[in-house]
Amino acid sequence: MQNIITRLGQKSLNFFIYIGGVFNLLVGTFFQVFIPPFRRKELFVQMYRVGVLSLPIVFLVSLFTGMVLALQSAYQLTKMNAQIYISSLVALSMVRELGPVLTALVVAGRVGASITAELGTMKVTEQIDALGTLAVNPVKYLVVPRFLALCIMLPLLTVYADFIGIVGGYLIGVYKLLIGSTIYVKMTFDPLEFKDVFTGLFKSFVFAAIICIVSCYEGFRTEGGAEGVGKATTFSVVTSFILIIAADCLFTALFYFVFP
Amino acid sequence: MIEIINLSRSFGDNKVLQNLNLTVNSGEVMVIIGRSGCGKSVLLKHIIGLLKPDFGQIIIEGEDVTKMEDKELDQLRLSFGMLFQGAALFDSMTVCENVGFALKEHTDMPEYQIREKVARALELVGLKGIESLMPVELSGGMKKRVGLARAICNNPKIVLYDEPTTGVDPIMADAINELIIDLNHKLKVTSIVVTHDMVSAYKIADRIAMLYNGKIVEVGPVDDIRNTEDPLVRQFITGASKGPITEN
Ligand SMILES: Nc1ncnc2c1ncn2[C@@H]1O[C@H](COP(=O)(O)OP(=O)(O)OP(=O)(O)O)[C@@H](O)[C@H]1O
Ligand SMILES: [Mg+2]
Repeated sequence: MQNIITRLGQKSLNFFIYIGGVFNLLVGTFFQVFIPPFRRKELFVQMYRVGVLSLPIVFLVSLFTGMVLALQSAYQLTKMNAQIYISSLVALSMVRELGPVLTALVVAGRVGASITAELGTMKVTEQIDALGTLAVNPVKYLVVPRFLALCIMLPLLTVYADFIGIVGGYLIGVYKLLIGSTIYVKMTFDPLEFKDVFTGLFKSFVFAAIICIVSCYEGFRTEGGAEGVGKATTFSVVTSFILIIAADCLFTALFYFVFP
Repeated sequence: MIEIINLSRSFGDNKVLQNLNLTVNSGEVMVIIGRSGCGKSVLLKHIIGLLKPDFGQIIIEGEDVTKMEDKELDQLRLSFGMLFQGAALFDSMTVCENVGFALKEHTDMPEYQIREKVARALELVGLKGIESLMPVELSGGMKKRVGLARAICNNPKIVLYDEPTTGVDPIMADAINELIIDLNHKLKVTSIVVTHDMVSAYKIADRIAMLYNGKIVEVGPVDDIRNTEDPLVRQFITGASKGPITEN
């Protein structure tokens, strides 16, 4: 019995240490963002890796999601003879929810994993220690460019995903379900309000911070060779996924009450 | 002067350093010997502030490294060079960028001047003209020497060498010994060298210290160590498998 309590205590203590560490890194990163020197070249490299190289997979995922959304909603809406609302449904779900969340999940899998693997390898081969001995702050040098790149590119990718998803819905709606093209487009943009786009982008901004900080933190605390890097990478992706979904729930609820 | 006072550090239940005391005078070459896994690398990492001790102090030029903020530590590290046991080269950068890293980060030196300095440092370690190679293209001993070039490129006052001659052929090893002695004589660099290589230790050391069970068991000039009565040290320097050092 005592054993169980001790282990429970240890586990929850570890949990709080983890949260503390992540939070500490977040604050440290924020702080370092504003301290020169600014590494523009490194930022562009990271923006290219995060953003441009993610375009194809984000394209595929959101195109198919838009198409599926259109088909699935058609299943219900045709029964009620309300097909013209398909486009509104696709647009709103993409912009408010699926665009930001799916993009974040794809990027967490693609970019977050690679950040953890890269930093983790640097950690176990003492390259991060070496940075320290050369009087360069690892957070400044490694985390800040990735943080900025993610915070800039993830919202842009989200806008792109929203658009591609709507196109996917359009393809199904107009060519398969035979809704008029003009009315489809009109019903896509009519119900969209500024707040829909804004809340979607705000969430993607939060997701960007989650992906970057979690994957960098996991990279920094990697231990024990190749196996350790593998473990850290898995853990980083899983943690990012959970935190993204949790944050999504939190912010969706929050916005639901703030912008009714 | 570097004063290490009552330094203790454990990892979990593994007490690596226990009340370790050692003083390194300015401008001397201090060689630290000891068995594999006895904590030599850990000791070096404490001196440069990468690891924090559980207890104890490390006083460098009157300032306690263990209590320093990041900023002061970075300031101090500008006058340090460190060669890692595994070289720890940045594998996303070329040899040139690796060696010139500190100069690029901390000085306004123009590109061509950095290149010149890098070329000179590489020449010192016997690796002329490999600036554009990536670390994966190098052999183990070459990595070690590039690491050495990186450690000495920005004219440090204190250099920590973690096994500089391990994995290097005997001829090159001797050249590295000469280099360490040279830096020490010409530039008055304070050097702390961790090594298992007794030939190298006898050649370069002003004093030798032996680390055993988390403590320095003996420290003294080369001749004192060579003729020591202490059975522990005797066993180590003669490389005998029988003696007071037995466990694992
Ligand atoms: N980051 C760490 N976490 C846990 N234990 C560590 C860590 N670093 C070192 N140790 C332990 O500290 C002890 C000393 O390690 P260290 O690397 O200093 O040995 P060493 O004297 O340099 O050996 P070698 O001559 O083989 O390089 C080892 O038992 C090692 O397991
Ligand atoms: Mg070692």
